Formats: sequence, structure tokens, C-alpha cells
Amino acid sequence: MSDWALIAYCGLITFLTRFSMIAILKKEMFNNEIREVLSYVPSAIFPAIIFPAIFLDINGSIHLEDNPKILAAIIAMGVGIFSRNILATIFSGLASYWFLIFVV
Amino acid sequence: MNSNFKIFLKGIIDVSPLMIPVVPFGLIFGILAIDIGFSPLATMGMSLIIFGGASQIVLLQLFSGGASSLVIISSVGAVNSRHLLYGAVVSEHVSDLKLIWKIIISYFLIDQAFARSNEYFKKNNDKNKYFHLIGGGVTCWIIWQTTTFLGIILGSAIPEKLGLSFAVPLTFLALIVNDFRKIINVIVIIISGLISTLGYNYIPYKAYVIVAALGGLLTAIILTKMITKHE
Repeated sequence: MSDWALIAYCGLITFLTRFSMIAILKKEMFNNEIREVLSYVPSAIFPAIIFPAIFLDINGSIHLEDNPKILAAIIAMGVGIFSRNILATIFSGLASYWFLIFVV
Repeated sequence: MNSNFKIFLKGIIDVSPLMIPVVPFGLIFGILAIDIGFSPLATMGMSLIIFGGASQIVLLQLFSGGASSLVIISSVGAVNSRHLLYGAVVSEHVSDLKLIWKIIISYFLIDQAFARSNEYFKKNNDKNKYFHLIGGGVTCWIIWQTTTFLGIILGSAIPEKLGLSFAVPLTFLALIVNDFRKIINVIVIIISGLISTLGYNYIPYKAYVIVAALGGLLTAIILTKMITKHE
């Protein structure tokens, strides 16, 4: 598949998830149970992007020792939970990562 | 009743604070896409056609890992399933509109605009209140396209040693940081994280994102069932 076809399909599926409910929904189709399960979608899916990017090296092997990303991510998480601020979370993580690789 | 333009402006103002983190996110996307080997035109095309940060990052991540198109498209679909909820919530406010408006609103139905306009919709009952969502969506659209473009230009100037790709997991971490306060969410996060990390090499076709997400959701369903039984 060409890059452009891939981009078009990804665009189409993104649009359809946004459009389908607006287009077809009858309100009663969504009970509280489905609503609650959908509210867990971010917690279920984002760790699948976060964890491998932190714990795996370029070759895909698990990398636990001497891995500055782990400590930096923990610091970012702590700052995030405490501050509830998206920017503070991202930048505290990046700053501690740079500190660990360039200074320590 | 307020004029269309006034409501549109109110949408812009309400969504603005949420736009600050979009700036680094867009820059990082542009830088990474070029780094992975997409052309500047295809990178711009992604932001214009897909217009969804999480979708585009997942596309990059899996593409650079060598996943097949089918796996990439279905993973993007899985990441987007949260939009089904947004659509369901918004649908009751826009059900009387013409199809063309529903299509326009769907294109602009992003996390930040949804969050702010949903609050506005609950408090206002003007017929033209949907201009609020369009105002928020257009604001984010302009910032997203501009920062993607800047990322494309800056890309070659930023040394790889900085490890900017680490900003990707940090951005997603920032999006779920409030969930760390709730026990079910914490368990779901750990399950999904473990499945994806341990299964990265063993789950075929790089389907680890989908498998981990389904594992996490299944955990959430079981846990909420158990808790409601106890109450």
C-alpha cells in the first residue's frame, strides 16, 4: 500500500469513528454500562504506546538497567499526578531525561 | 439568541488554554515523521487528512516498526474508539442539523474541542450553539497545521542526541495522568502496559497495541462488574 493510501485509510477510519455516532445514533443505544467501558479506553490504549517506548530499546529487547527513561517517566508521572498539568508533565519528564543523559 | 460569530468566538476563547500542549505535540509529530522518512508533503497530508494527534503518532510508531497496513489502520481505529463516546454525547445536540454540518462537526470533533463544547452545550440551548464546537475545532486545526509545518522545517536542525522521541510517551502519559488517581484505571494501565511491553516481540503482525488495549478493556469490564456486584 502506498503511503498516501495508508494516510487516506487512517483518515477515513478516524473520521468514521467521529461521524458514525453523530450520524446514526439513537440516544437509547448507549446505556451507562457502555459509557463507563468507553471511558476506560484511554487507560487501556495509551499505555500500549507509553510502556514499550520507555522499557524497550531500539532492538525491541527489554532494557531495565541503566535506562534513564524509566526514572524520567516516574518523575514526570509524579509531577503530573501532583500538578494535573499536561505541560508540566511533559517538560519535567524531558528535563529530567536531559539531566540524566547529559549531566549525571 | 447570540449571533453565530459570537458563539464561534466563545468557542475559540474557551478552547485556548487547552491549546498550549498542542504546540509541542505538533512540533514533535512533524520532526518524527520526517525522521522516519515520510516526505514533507505526506507529513502535511497526515495532519490535514487525519487531523488527530494520537492517530498520527500511532501511525508513525507502527510504520517505523514495520507493521502491515492492516494492523496500522486497525490500531488507528482502536485509538479512535474514544471518539465514539464523544459522538454519542454530541449527537443529541446536533441531531436537527443538515448532513453537511454533521460532517463538518465530525471533522472537528477532537478531544479538546469536545471537552470544552460539551460543557457549553449543557448550559446553552441556542439553536446555533454548534458554532462553539466549530470555533474550538478550527482553533486547534490552525495550531496543528502550523506546528506540523514548523516541525517539518525544524526537523533537520534538531540533533538526534536530544532524544525528542521520548516526548511521545511523555505526551501520552500526560493525557492519562488524572487516571492514576483511580484504582481501576491504574490496574488497567498496568495490564495494558505489561501486555504491550512483554508481547512486543511475540504478538504477531505488531498487533500489540490492539491486543494490549483489548486486554485492558476486558480487565476494566471485569473489575467494574465485580465492584457493582459488591455495592
